[in-house]
Amino acid sequence: MPHDEIEILEERRNQVFRKGEGAASGEIACGKRSAAGSVSQRACVFCGSRVVLYPIADALHVVHGPIGCAAYTWDIRGAHSSGPQLHRNSFSTDLQEKDVIFGGEKKLAAALRELIAACTPKAAFVYSTCITGLIGDDVDAVCKTISKETGIPVIPVESPGFSGTKKDGYRAACEAIYKLIGTGDISGISPHSINLLGEFNIAGETWIMKDYFRRIGIQVVSCISGDGRVDEIRRCHGAKLNLVQCSGSMTHLAKKLTDDYGIPFQRISFFGIEDTAAAIYGAAGVFGDPEIESRARELVKEELLKIQPELRRYRKILKGRKAAIYVGGAFKAFSLVRALRSLGMRTVLVGSQTGNPQDYEQLKELCDPGTVIVDDSNPLELAKFCLEKDVDLFIGGVKERPIAYKLGIGFCDHNHERKEALAGFEGMINFAKEVHASVMSPVWNYVPRRANRRQERMAA
Amino acid sequence: MIEEFSLTEEPKAPDLSHCTAATRNACKLCTPLGACLVFRGIQGAIPFLHGSQGCSTYIRRYLISHFREPMDIAASNFNEDSAVFGGAKNLHAGLKNVSRQYKPAMIGVATTCLSETIGEDMAALLLECRRAIPDLPPVVHVSTASYRGSHIDGFHDAVTALIDQLVLPPDPHGGVNLLPGMLSTADLRHLRELVEAFGLPVTMLPDYSDTLDGPTWMDYEALPEGGTSVEAIRRMSGARATLEFGDTLRFTRRTAATNLAERFGVVRENLGTPIGLRATGAMIEALERISGRPCPTAITAERGRLLDSMVDAHKVVFGKRAVVYGEADLVIGLTSFLCEIGVEPVLCASGGKSEHFPTALRVAVPELPSTCVVRDNMDFADIDAVGKELKPDILIGNSKGYGMARALDIPLVRAGFPIHDRLGGQRVLHVGYRGAQQFYDQIVNTFLARKQEKSTVGYSYL
Repeated sequence: MPHDEIEILEERRNQVFRKGEGAASGEIACGKRSAAGSVSQRACVFCGSRVVLYPIADALHVVHGPIGCAAYTWDIRGAHSSGPQLHRNSFSTDLQEKDVIFGGEKKLAAALRELIAACTPKAAFVYSTCITGLIGDDVDAVCKTISKETGIPVIPVESPGFSGTKKDGYRAACEAIYKLIGTGDISGISPHSINLLGEFNIAGETWIMKDYFRRIGIQVVSCISGDGRVDEIRRCHGAKLNLVQCSGSMTHLAKKLTDDYGIPFQRISFFGIEDTAAAIYGAAGVFGDPEIESRARELVKEELLKIQPELRRYRKILKGRKAAIYVGGAFKAFSLVRALRSLGMRTVLVGSQTGNPQDYEQLKELCDPGTVIVDDSNPLELAKFCLEKDVDLFIGGVKERPIAYKLGIGFCDHNHERKEALAGFEGMINFAKEVHASVMSPVWNYVPRRANRRQERMAA
Repeated sequence: MIEEFSLTEEPKAPDLSHCTAATRNACKLCTPLGACLVFRGIQGAIPFLHGSQGCSTYIRRYLISHFREPMDIAASNFNEDSAVFGGAKNLHAGLKNVSRQYKPAMIGVATTCLSETIGEDMAALLLECRRAIPDLPPVVHVSTASYRGSHIDGFHDAVTALIDQLVLPPDPHGGVNLLPGMLSTADLRHLRELVEAFGLPVTMLPDYSDTLDGPTWMDYEALPEGGTSVEAIRRMSGARATLEFGDTLRFTRRTAATNLAERFGVVRENLGTPIGLRATGAMIEALERISGRPCPTAITAERGRLLDSMVDAHKVVFGKRAVVYGEADLVIGLTSFLCEIGVEPVLCASGGKSEHFPTALRVAVPELPSTCVVRDNMDFADIDAVGKELKPDILIGNSKGYGMARALDIPLVRAGFPIHDRLGGQRVLHVGYRGAQQFYDQIVNTFLARKQEKSTVGYSYL
């Protein structure tokens, strides 16, 4: 099917926006349920919860449902732990037909008892799935009983797949985490302390950030949930500031911590040099301690000096190249647009699965005229715009990768499966290297769609 | 910086052997995945899941990571209302949207645990949709409740559903039907080549050898080229025989091949998955019998070279102890070949429930030592617990066994599905003499490399 014949479904027309054209004054519709049959790149409520809680490494994660939900989320992410590896297992009640008929509560209780005895976790999360409620299982009651028996928090996660969008899953995860908060001892926490929220330690990124904060004299009480530990989460209410990176998933938790404990929060991002520097300065500025601020300036200067010559080299090569971005949360998209700009590249297509109206307003402001902005897009639309805009690079996740590769377009994984650290200053160099490797590879000279074009250009 | 925080020593994994109520690191996937894979092997077809959005996205991601190809799966995207009142509205909207956007030649609808639990009457719902949506292409539906069976059951059930719902009364054409089972794209290509070498036109169902392993594109292909055409499926009733691979299927009362045999009298030739000398030989014999032609010399030559290499390296592999896991019929095929070359299988494990697995394996591989543990319904915690006591030298199966191989410090030779940690998982050739040759070379070289690496001397001449 020629890409210019790909139709945008009627239900979705107000979720596609071209900056600087007719509908420019209008808003991008978002936060909607995905249109049936649209092949959305989104997953479900369960996915939202699983993705947020997964990196808590000393907790037991049990999926209550048929096998799929647990099997598809077994050890697929690069969320590292510096200690326990319990989170990398996939535990499921693997409901069978007889359980669907007679109920799965007993099986769940037995599974929890055995696993808690064998794994001695600090807490357990029990994820409900599509059919848990439909078959009449009272997961809350089972969790209460087992918690009483075992003495550890056994927390139900309200995540039936159909009961909303991925965002509702984030919220359910925040509610589950919130049950732990406030139950730990907060003595000994520095007055200069923070929590990192919505940071998942993909490829060790949390550790890059922790190092920065240690160097400028700020204590990280808890990272939720990268390299996460139950005891750290229990006492995170003792921190003085929350830095929220993945705002789509964790703003809910940050707001609760503001309301109940008076802890302010800042939306930050550690992707790209500008945003990393802004995140460090922002946090350093809160404590009114000139020494911390001066150390922050030193750190940024020192790190920038280390990477700038190499970045300049990449910028020279990549200047003028065009990129498409399609990611889960819109906040990451802002950072990527800026990070690409610092490499001399232009973003011509950008979208997210779960952006909110404010996110899209900000994206509109940030992007160049002509940029296509999409909410909850699908493979056909993404392909259509990639071809129309003739992009050199696509940044997305596993599901977007083959769209790019089939069309002979370079691709960078910026999702949770990746094994490359892309955060902070050193992450920016990794990112630049990857973009460079992807855009400049000689393979594109042989891929017919690009090779022909090159020949045509040469002939002209 | 990352190094400072990183794990220096992996913590001891908990002993999960007594936690039998839960499935721990499953060696199986859910039924709709198998159905989606089959529908992707039909020309111009799009798989469609009647259930939550997440099911399609998770399955897409899982398949994309193995095949490294686009894998679009639509969903009716249930919400709270559809979970309570039924998904008719969403099914209707979904089919309409997917027809408009993809212009498919067929839509393969598979149910999920959600739509099955609320008891959706798919036949009735689809009839309504057909009345209401003009130009709706043929729709085939299969019941794939994920609490019933595993992905391999979804695979076979989808093949049966296609035959049950599409095949027309016979118009004899002299070709053969081939139901290969869940194999790699390289396997499917090679099987077609082998059957055609006997001058037999073949309808292979499914055939995702092109749709899930194709070249790059000049423009976006909503539905990649290739696959078995609906027209060819309709004519499967006129074939002179149906070759059906899978030893366990022989013991199953109803399969796609029995459906064709009972309804249209098409001869059912049930064979083991043609892995190794014996099973490939049985397939070649069947092809000779059906076609009335002798085996082409090129194939005999491949067999000859395989045997010759088996002589060359027999000592390297003799007596090595192997753990084999995966789908029942693949495990039977691999085990059969391992026994032919002198490797001793000590544990043969299937992840799904397959009551016929032990019997079918013992019948197909009579020389398998009685001490070999053969069990279905095992998860990786079981395989790990039972396997390590048996002191294996090698693991053979999909990439999900890597953790076990690493813990035991033994090599893993990757076969089957999924292979998520190597390139070319979809192109691993298991079948035919050629597949056996590649598999044999890989096993031998794995042992040679191991010996070399672990040697204090490090000879470069082996």
